[in-house]
Amino acid sequence: MAAITLSPRAAVSAQRRSSQAALAWRRYKRNKLAVFGAGGVAVFLVVGLIGPWVAPQGYQQSNFLYANQPPSLRFPFGTDGLGHDMLSQVLWSFRNAIEISFGATLVSFLIGVALGLWAGLRGGVVDMVVMRAVDFMYALPNFFLSLILVVTLGRGIFPILLAIGVVGWAGYARLIRGLVLGMRNGEMVEAARALGATQAHIARRYLLPNVTNSMLIALAFGIPFDLIAMGALSLFGLGPRPPLPSFGNMIAQAGANVLGYPWLLYFPAGIFAVILLSFLFVADGLQEALNPRGGS
Amino acid sequence: MAAEPLLAVEGLRVCFERAGGSIYAVNGVDFSVAPGETLGIVGESGSGKSVSVLSVLGLLRANGRVTGGTAKFMGKDLLKLRRRQLEDVRGRDIGMVFQDPMTSLNPTMRIGDQIMEAMLSHHYTSRKGAFERTLQLLEEVGIPDGRARFRNYPHEFSGGMRQRVMIAMAIACEPQLLIADEPTTALDVTVQVQILALLQKLQQRRRMSIILITHDFGVATNVCDRIIVMYAGKVMESAPLDDFLSRPAHPYTIGLRRSVIEVGDEGRELAAIPGMATVLTEPPRCCPFASRCSFAEDRCSDVLPELRPLGTEHFVACHRAEEVLSAVQARKPVGQEVVSRAG
Repeated sequence: MAAITLSPRAAVSAQRRSSQAALAWRRYKRNKLAVFGAGGVAVFLVVGLIGPWVAPQGYQQSNFLYANQPPSLRFPFGTDGLGHDMLSQVLWSFRNAIEISFGATLVSFLIGVALGLWAGLRGGVVDMVVMRAVDFMYALPNFFLSLILVVTLGRGIFPILLAIGVVGWAGYARLIRGLVLGMRNGEMVEAARALGATQAHIARRYLLPNVTNSMLIALAFGIPFDLIAMGALSLFGLGPRPPLPSFGNMIAQAGANVLGYPWLLYFPAGIFAVILLSFLFVADGLQEALNPRGGS
Repeated sequence: MAAEPLLAVEGLRVCFERAGGSIYAVNGVDFSVAPGETLGIVGESGSGKSVSVLSVLGLLRANGRVTGGTAKFMGKDLLKLRRRQLEDVRGRDIGMVFQDPMTSLNPTMRIGDQIMEAMLSHHYTSRKGAFERTLQLLEEVGIPDGRARFRNYPHEFSGGMRQRVMIAMAIACEPQLLIADEPTTALDVTVQVQILALLQKLQQRRRMSIILITHDFGVATNVCDRIIVMYAGKVMESAPLDDFLSRPAHPYTIGLRRSVIEVGDEGRELAAIPGMATVLTEPPRCCPFASRCSFAEDRCSDVLPELRPLGTEHFVACHRAEEVLSAVQARKPVGQEVVSRAG
């Protein structure tokens, strides 16, 4: 008898286990690629954190006696023309990759959410103006704008993340505005208003929590794109200023003598690609887990 | 109804702007609710029943506009209040329950928090008081094991239970008036009865007034003290329940009654009202029901019938109300006349 009687407390915890987060996690786990991607992202973050400490050499340390060495036990990723240990260079690169990609995405995201929420809630002239600005940003080539901004602001970490961030908000604004418009006249908001909720309160407690899923997905898709933008800036010689190593710089330089010293390209480019893929898998998995009705 | 009405709406007019021109949704509506009374507002979709009540609370969509009238509530004209003042009234003095509890609750908040919020946003009690009261309310609206259910999200409830949560939110601040807009339409029939019974129980306990908006005569005649029938944004008939049941005097009322089955109606044919409710691109200048009415004569499509008394508290907007009434009382099959004329 006692074995099958659930105490009220046990019943509650059983219910709590079926919360939306738990359900989403269960759906997420079903996608093996997404789990692999989550692992990749975790490694990316951990290496970003501890990379500089575990790197065998400092990023400025070079030894001309060992220039252009192929991969060996001593230099697992080989060395470049200045005798830099490529493994150390790669390990050091994680940190600024995280700083710039996360920072830039956050900047775009904050601008986009604020403007999208404002436009969706206010409607009318505000909506018109904000959405025309969005169209304008869409029409401009973002990357070209980033190039100009980096040239004007300089090549520090913060200027670069700002340059990538302030041009990429249009998509977030459009997404949030669309979601808010869909809910603004819905029954949930009507019911909240009928109970005397103020506009600010509705935005904070009703609208934002209900778009978190879509925002998470958008963020997961946004980060790899900002990583690519960062790498592309390096190809134009506008990445983080050397001697600070970055994936873009390494790939850009290795491309010049890929026939002679191919390991200089393979390792950084391969790892960079795995990072990008990891984020895309995670984004895809989130899409399925959080938004089971829509998406692929 | 000697008592001062709690809410008195007079000459209300509401207009919606849209690309093709204005839609005149409510065209001079009067109604009032006495303290402790249950008023039913009945009509087809698009008859203006919801709009006339929502507009009083300032809950119209962006393209809707109140173009005239007054709505006196506890000495204030709700139509003249600022947005902030109106927000104070909503939820505190006037509670509201909506049709679809599936979509009206916030899926990201625990239901207990949502009920507490209704009180906290009006500074009704302290946080601790609101918690205690929420447990009390959950029990009062018939949700067992409130302490555990407090932590549940809306998706963990059935439709009827969610509607109970909505009701708990609506009455959390002890409003004087509860507006229920089709509160049972989205629910199973058995659950409908429970929800209506709950509303009545809550009303008796606190002498609260209720405005029940419905298209369902069965619902209206079961719980209301007085019923208003609306059509084309105008009041067609207004009567206490007894008069309404025994002496319906408007052809539209009779048409609506004939189109639903009531208990004891076995074997009767269901009669549809011919035609459709018209889209009001201008305010009606003649009887809006004339084109669908079997009693219509020439003056009906010339002169707009005003609401006029037919008994002490019985009002009808029909030129031929007396004839309609006598036809009903002579037990002539009024509804059949409607059908045969139409066919």
